[in-house]
Amino acid sequence: MDFTLRIWRQKDSVSRGELVEYKIHDVSEDSSFLEMLDILSENLVEDGKVPMAFDYDCREGICGMCSLTINGIPHGPENGTTACQLHMRHFNDGQTITIEPWRAKPFPVVKDLIVDRSPLDKIIQSGGFITSRAGSATDANTHLINKGTADYAMDAAACIGCGACVAACPNASAMLFTSAKVAHMNSLPQGKPEKHRRALAMVSTMDDEGFGGCTNIGECEAACPKNISLDVIAHLNRDYSIAQVKSFFKPYV
Amino acid sequence: MSLILSFLQSTIGRKSLMALTGFVLVVFVMGHMLGNLQIFLGAEAINAYAYKLHNLLPASALWAVRLFLIACIAVHVWAAVTLTLDNRKARPQNYYKKRVIQATYSSRTMRMSGIILLAFIFFHIAHFTVRSVPSMKYNEPGVISKKLDASNYSIPTEVPLVKKGEAVLKNGQKIMTFNVHDMMIAGFKSKIVSLFYIFATGLLCLHLTHGVSSMFQSLGIRNSFWRIRLDRFALFYGWTVFLGFAIIPIAALAGILTADPSGGLTSHAQILKNEAIAHELYSQELTLR
Amino acid sequence: MKLNAKIPEGPLTQKWTSHKFNMKLVNPSNRRKYNVIVVGSGLAGGAAAASLAEQGYNVSCFCYQDSPRRAHSIAAQGGINASKNYQNDGDSVYRLFYDTVKGGDYRAREANVYRLAELSSDIIDQCVANGVPFAREYGGLLANRSFGGAQVSRTFYARGQTGQQLLLGTYSALSRQIGLGKVTMYNRHEMLDLVKVDNHAKGIIVRNMVTGKVTSHAADCVVIATGGYGNVFFLSTNAQGCNVTAAFRAHKQGAGFANPCYTQIHPTCIPVHGDKQSKLTLMSESLRNDGRIWVPKFAEDAAKVRDGMLDPNALSDDKRDYFLERKYPSFGNLAPRDISSRAAKEACDEGRGVASTGLGVFLDFRDAIQRDGKKAIEERYGNLFDMYQCITGDNPYVTPMMIFPAVHYTMGGLWVDYNLESTIPGMFVGGEANFSDHGANRLGASALMQGLSDGYFILPYTVGNYLGEQGVQAAGKITNEHPAFAEAENRVRARIDKLLSINGNESPRSFHKRLGNIIWEYCGMARSEEGLTTAIAKIKELRKDFWSNLRVVGESGNINPELERAGRVADFIEFGELMCRDALMREESCGGHFRIEHQTEEGEALRDDENFTFTGVWEHLGDNVEPRLHKEELIYENVKLATRSYK
Repeated sequence: MDFTLRIWRQKDSVSRGELVEYKIHDVSEDSSFLEMLDILSENLVEDGKVPMAFDYDCREGICGMCSLTINGIPHGPENGTTACQLHMRHFNDGQTITIEPWRAKPFPVVKDLIVDRSPLDKIIQSGGFITSRAGSATDANTHLINKGTADYAMDAAACIGCGACVAACPNASAMLFTSAKVAHMNSLPQGKPEKHRRALAMVSTMDDEGFGGCTNIGECEAACPKNISLDVIAHLNRDYSIAQVKSFFKPYV
Repeated sequence: MSLILSFLQSTIGRKSLMALTGFVLVVFVMGHMLGNLQIFLGAEAINAYAYKLHNLLPASALWAVRLFLIACIAVHVWAAVTLTLDNRKARPQNYYKKRVIQATYSSRTMRMSGIILLAFIFFHIAHFTVRSVPSMKYNEPGVISKKLDASNYSIPTEVPLVKKGEAVLKNGQKIMTFNVHDMMIAGFKSKIVSLFYIFATGLLCLHLTHGVSSMFQSLGIRNSFWRIRLDRFALFYGWTVFLGFAIIPIAALAGILTADPSGGLTSHAQILKNEAIAHELYSQELTLR
Repeated sequence: MKLNAKIPEGPLTQKWTSHKFNMKLVNPSNRRKYNVIVVGSGLAGGAAAASLAEQGYNVSCFCYQDSPRRAHSIAAQGGINASKNYQNDGDSVYRLFYDTVKGGDYRAREANVYRLAELSSDIIDQCVANGVPFAREYGGLLANRSFGGAQVSRTFYARGQTGQQLLLGTYSALSRQIGLGKVTMYNRHEMLDLVKVDNHAKGIIVRNMVTGKVTSHAADCVVIATGGYGNVFFLSTNAQGCNVTAAFRAHKQGAGFANPCYTQIHPTCIPVHGDKQSKLTLMSESLRNDGRIWVPKFAEDAAKVRDGMLDPNALSDDKRDYFLERKYPSFGNLAPRDISSRAAKEACDEGRGVASTGLGVFLDFRDAIQRDGKKAIEERYGNLFDMYQCITGDNPYVTPMMIFPAVHYTMGGLWVDYNLESTIPGMFVGGEANFSDHGANRLGASALMQGLSDGYFILPYTVGNYLGEQGVQAAGKITNEHPAFAEAENRVRARIDKLLSINGNESPRSFHKRLGNIIWEYCGMARSEEGLTTAIAKIKELRKDFWSNLRVVGESGNINPELERAGRVADFIEFGELMCRDALMREESCGGHFRIEHQTEEGEALRDDENFTFTGVWEHLGDNVEPRLHKEELIYENVKLATRSYK
């Protein structure tokens, strides 16, 4: 298969970037999208040109490193698929493909298609954990957790932290990311004691990092490679509002 | 105090304010629509309804309700504007190519529909509440315009309050009330105005098909089971409101609704008394058509 | 180099308990005076960093990814073992210990394995407390499944994403410490050298992969948890960034490298499709619980299947060879990884392989779907089936899945004693980067267990012990002002400059591919003296070629993936040679190491317990000098060495 690629090239975070056009030929339809970019990189190296920098690691859709907006959709057109698991058979021969980085103020471009996603880590650092010292845990079966709750928590916990939700959202909101973590931990009995604190702290960090707000339109859910549902955002909204009200009466939550 | 402030500063806090105020407005819109639809029951019914609305509670309470609604709109708009500005800031550089994956048209156009609706609300209040839209002199009590045309159309504003075709008496006196029935028909005499009303209620439908479901999401009272049902309900609600409101200007334009300067009186005496006025008005209206 | 395993005295069951009591402690108020460097943020590194910070030490943690949450532990699918015996099916610490020693083909250190089995229960408790959403039964209790090579159900799992959930658990614990300021996290930093002061590990040299800046970091001790070296094969199930550089640099500084030839070939990967492929994708081994592995009985049928002339579903049972069930009736499709992989390779060598390349066998769910219904299978493996379909375009509910073995895990690694301390004092090694617990073959669902036990429950004690021994007056005394750091920094810079200045014609990836082909060909599933000798010669040639014909485009003061890869490939090349050397030395077949000269008449691995019951530890003596072999004799006091039989 042959493709015309329009790829975002930007030297560093302060330079201006632009879309640069490349041609690539004889790509196997069994190649993954990133393998196609590998081939392009090798071609560029052969010509003595610097290949584009892009993030990738596990190439099996779980590490969340890859972060390409492909033809205007984070991770490309396939539903529930990361860019590394996207295969070229889903494109048409001869197609023009535009590849851009995630675009959001909290995610400045570092180089070419690589962005800095550390604000997501900061959200977790502010409250996305259950405080439990190594060695102090009770027996794992102490808390009985019904299957429905465990499944619900697992659905939310499947988030790979890639940031596609932010990239897809017209407001560059990180609500899906934040609420997935909150829904996961707040629904489990182990996470209950810190429930309110967690919601308040994580939302506050999220806002401080400069992410936009949620307008409930669901682009994040559609772009999420792990199909995390918009319903977790309702969960966060609920927990956050309750936490606010409670903290009004009991300021120590 | 800082707690409230932090709540207001947070995106979710402002969203929940939008949801709460939105809820008030959604309920108001439904009540308003049901009230308006009484126009199809004739002048008696709708005038009586309007009278009740104005006189059941003391004026201060009426004003309290009005101010509350205005406050709701103000808060709703304030939250929307500040959130929108924040959201714009969150993406300083746009995509060169961006495709929408699943967001509905209504959800993506909330700002557009909201802004036009706000303008509409101003017009609507000026039009029917304050009645100060230029060229519509329906606010001069008892005056019947000799020159009757679409842009300059006056009607008798005071008519007796009527019950079962008879004027209601209080201490032997007729209770006079504003002729809402004719005001509405008069208000819709202009095609442009009517089309604007239909267009605006269409936008309201668009706004509600996302908003009604979205407010549950913002308040967190929604889950996977209720989401799909609430989405359907919102769609139904939006269309109901659209049809309920839009049918009045449509009916007025189509001539199904006609003015009733008597305010719904049917007894012979009253008819005689009002004959002259009625006759003149009817004949002029016929020539208008 | 002297190997002292420091195995505590006393009966097996008491060793860890008494050792914990005998270890030095550091007063809680003194702990903040010590600095600890942790390289790697996976299960072992992340858990160690979090736990050490929790205890009060100042921790600096380094990872090459953009966030600690992306470490490759995240990709483990199947589960984590623990001897909880929640299923009441006869499991115990001793049985887990025994199974692991036996599964490792009697090439692991008894005391370490027993401790691992002992700690396994605590790990599950800790993970649940951390919020890991393990699968539950309807009653709310934890669910278990049985997993490759085990006859009890002791595997805890979170769908097909157990590794992810465990890693996110440690990541959240680590994040909490970062938020509290007890851990300083350095993302996108790659360790390029180890710094020794007075022969103790006192720091590392790292390159900031964004700015290209090379900097020194000093500490009172260093923990290396940088994972395995599977990418020496170029194609493996490892992440693209996984590399041996940190471990190999430490090796060059004097850390012994143990058993590099022990690599695990995982039986259930998606077959290779072409030469531009960048990685192999693993399908969880749990699929073998319900899937049946077969190839056509006759080579001519297989040929037709390969050409697409014959629908595999049309082959009747008498024309199929369920070779694992036939060869190993009691374990059947659940036979250990090394055995299953070799059996698949044999079938393909006989010309009965499927997939377009002939390198594939079927993993068929037809019978399971008939037995339990499609819904039950979907519930159990839905996401794996989706993943398979996404990659291959085939629907595994209809067409049988195709699998082939691929490199997955490396049991070898830096040699460590019972304290997980390497031959360099003050340098500890955890997780896949060390060699310790799996012997010559790792059982399914044991890697996560080892990573977490190292990180949560062993390193926090033994690192403290080392620091206590050093004394509080030494705490924080060494800074990166020490001349050893400048020297090491210069070494690193010179090497980067060298890589950039060769200006040849071949890309780092191309060299990597060439290396991978050599290693897979000669040091893969079946090895021979002749092949390994050839391989060593070829690698030497490749190395010469590399340093004269490499081309690295771009510059060093910026993100430069080519430069990163070049550095890693350079180390892989040297390491590959060491690996072949180790394989050549080990004149026996055991676990993942199969020498064709040493097999039974039935083609099973033939161990030589008399001569090879030892850990082979290599000492680096110089760049062009042959490394020296040291042996740590393995003494089995509790387990009787027997031929591993899964028949």
